Amino acid sequence: MHSVTTLPPITLDNLPLETPARILAVDWSALVAEEAQRLRALGLDVGARISVSHRGVWAGRDPLAITIGRMTVALRRVHAKAMTVEAI
Amino acid sequence: MTVVEAIRPAETTRLQRAALVGNPNAGKSALFNALTGARQKIANYPGVTVERKAGRLPLPTGETIELTDLPGSYGLDATSPDEEVTRRVILGELSGEAAPDVLIVVLDASNLEQHLVFAQEVIALGRPCVVALNMIDLAERDGLTLDPAALAQALGVPVIPTVAVRRRGLTELAEAIAEAHARVGAGSVHPRAHLDMAERRMEAHAIAGAAIISESAKHRLHSRLDQVLLHPWLGPIILFALLFVVFQAVFSWAKPFQDGLQGVVDLIIGFVKGEMPAGLLRDFITDGALSGVGAVVVFLPQIIILFFFILSLEASGYMARAAFLMDRLMAGVGLSGRSFIPLLSSFACAVPGIMATRSITDPKDRLTTILIAPLMTCSARLPVYGVIIAAVIPNTPMGPGGIIGLQGLVLFALYVAGIVGAMVVALLLRGTITKGKASGFIMEMPKYQMPRGRDLALGLFQRAWIFLRRAGTIIFQVAVILWLLLNFPRAEPGKDQVDASFAGHIANGLAVVVKPIGFNRDIALALIPSMAAREVAVSSLATTYAVSSSDEEKTDEALSAQLKKNWPLPTALAFLAWFVFAPQCMSTIAVTRRETNGWKWPSFMLAYLFGLAYLFAGITYWSALAFGL
Repeated sequence: MHSVTTLPPITLDNLPLETPARILAVDWSALVAEEAQRLRALGLDVGARISVSHRGVWAGRDPLAITIGRMTVALRRVHAKAMTVEAI
Repeated sequence: MTVVEAIRPAETTRLQRAALVGNPNAGKSALFNALTGARQKIANYPGVTVERKAGRLPLPTGETIELTDLPGSYGLDATSPDEEVTRRVILGELSGEAAPDVLIVVLDASNLEQHLVFAQEVIALGRPCVVALNMIDLAERDGLTLDPAALAQALGVPVIPTVAVRRRGLTELAEAIAEAHARVGAGSVHPRAHLDMAERRMEAHAIAGAAIISESAKHRLHSRLDQVLLHPWLGPIILFALLFVVFQAVFSWAKPFQDGLQGVVDLIIGFVKGEMPAGLLRDFITDGALSGVGAVVVFLPQIIILFFFILSLEASGYMARAAFLMDRLMAGVGLSGRSFIPLLSSFACAVPGIMATRSITDPKDRLTTILIAPLMTCSARLPVYGVIIAAVIPNTPMGPGGIIGLQGLVLFALYVAGIVGAMVVALLLRGTITKGKASGFIMEMPKYQMPRGRDLALGLFQRAWIFLRRAGTIIFQVAVILWLLLNFPRAEPGKDQVDASFAGHIANGLAVVVKPIGFNRDIALALIPSMAAREVAVSSLATTYAVSSSDEEKTDEALSAQLKKNWPLPTALAFLAWFVFAPQCMSTIAVTRRETNGWKWPSFMLAYLFGLAYLFAGITYWSALAFGL
């Protein structure tokens, strides 16, 4: 039952840097409709394999640079908070 | 009629136009430049303010067709005006714009899985299609080996590997375009089943997986660069240092070229003076037209250097990193990193900057960016700053080893003043008239690339041409009109010509208004025509001092020396402060009217910027007096 490698699901803004993860769920209702559509168009949807490559430099460590496939996408913590991920 | 046309079946319509479609960062523009060369026409789509780039593409059949470069898009469900244009052109719904006969879907070879999502959507329309598997060399550099044949099989359309920068695959692509059109009648285009977004993504994953023969886990160049350039504290230091180098370069590297140009202008003026008999006509040509236009044209080297940096940063992919680094700071005043690129472009010129705000999806966010864009120090202010700084600020070496000149430092301070002003205004606007929900920041960061010399040269040539055309038309006209206003009616012998002229009378009225902030009559005189464009202030001052000087020796004196003699330091400083804020540019007002669909916002912009200009010129003047400067 217990596995050392399995971590409990967390939101994307809490995912440590360079940790491969999979998006488990997205609370689309927490996002502005156009932004939700743009995130989906960029492939940030349930099932996507991602990792956090960089965090912003100023107070709040905002925004985040997400690696998805061979692409890097910048987004804000407010978007990352709506995404539940599990480390893989 | 050519032979090729003659042997075509009668029912086939002639191939006339093709369009490049694809995701942003697929290398469409580079491919477009490679296919069409310098034969490009840049205009706007009818009724909207999205740039339409079109060029002539010669086909192997001997025909020449029109090729358009559609705005980058992630899908046919538009989320921005740019994407809306792409959708409507592809579907043939944009009035006044015929639907392209052949669509060329451009894919980034190293980002297939992502780019295939939109590609499938376009191919599914069942229109004649060709896929350009672009930047295949970069994919190979990243350790990817691809199978174009497998990709063509899976997509049901021809796939041509291309490397725009090395002109690889261009002939094959042109052939495929002609063939795709020829096949229409034969019914060989298979419309694919309509899938939803999630299904397309799964399909894209499968197709990409099948097309990739091998993939090595080679550490990619751009992630290593990001480690440094997006580093929590190195990143901002590098960005700031880079911006500082740009502004120092604009001021010092341009100097020898500027002196050279000034020499040429002086040579021409000297030649005209030697060849023509003295009189009003000769004065009109030398003092009116030549010194007016010449005073502005000498700033061409600075403008080219500035655009060289802006275009290079954009082409290299660094601009998106700068947006990432600046996002938090921009969020502090209610904007996003997306506003950073339009605002940075506004350092070159507010007009392309304001037009670049179309990529900002949030309307309130966009309006705020438009309203503060004129506060970014544009290249047209450089001639004004340049002359005044050269006149009143000594170039004392500063800093360790004296590597920084005081003149460069003052210029830098003026840029900073504009930025700080813009930030404060943005904060005030977001809290009041452009109040709305906090804007987001979602942006793809393109791969790093070496800027291509050819594309850079083309971009620089277009910018330089726009600047020279302005100097040749609007600035020439204004210089001529001003000369006429300054020289008529003629003064009685022994009286001052400027005082007697029409312009002198108008300026006397305006001078009363600007006297409290330290402006003299000559400045009031320069402010009137420089409503057309800021740099006209320089040519106006040049014309004014050329007219008022009585003897030959004085006329030949540089404008800076004249200003040094005639302007007290507080006045010169107040004049600099005025130009940080004053909205003296007809083009900016016009483009704001067009982008905001009415006179409401440009009027607001004029009012608040003149208010700020008056206030800050005043504060500068009064403080300078108080400090005894």
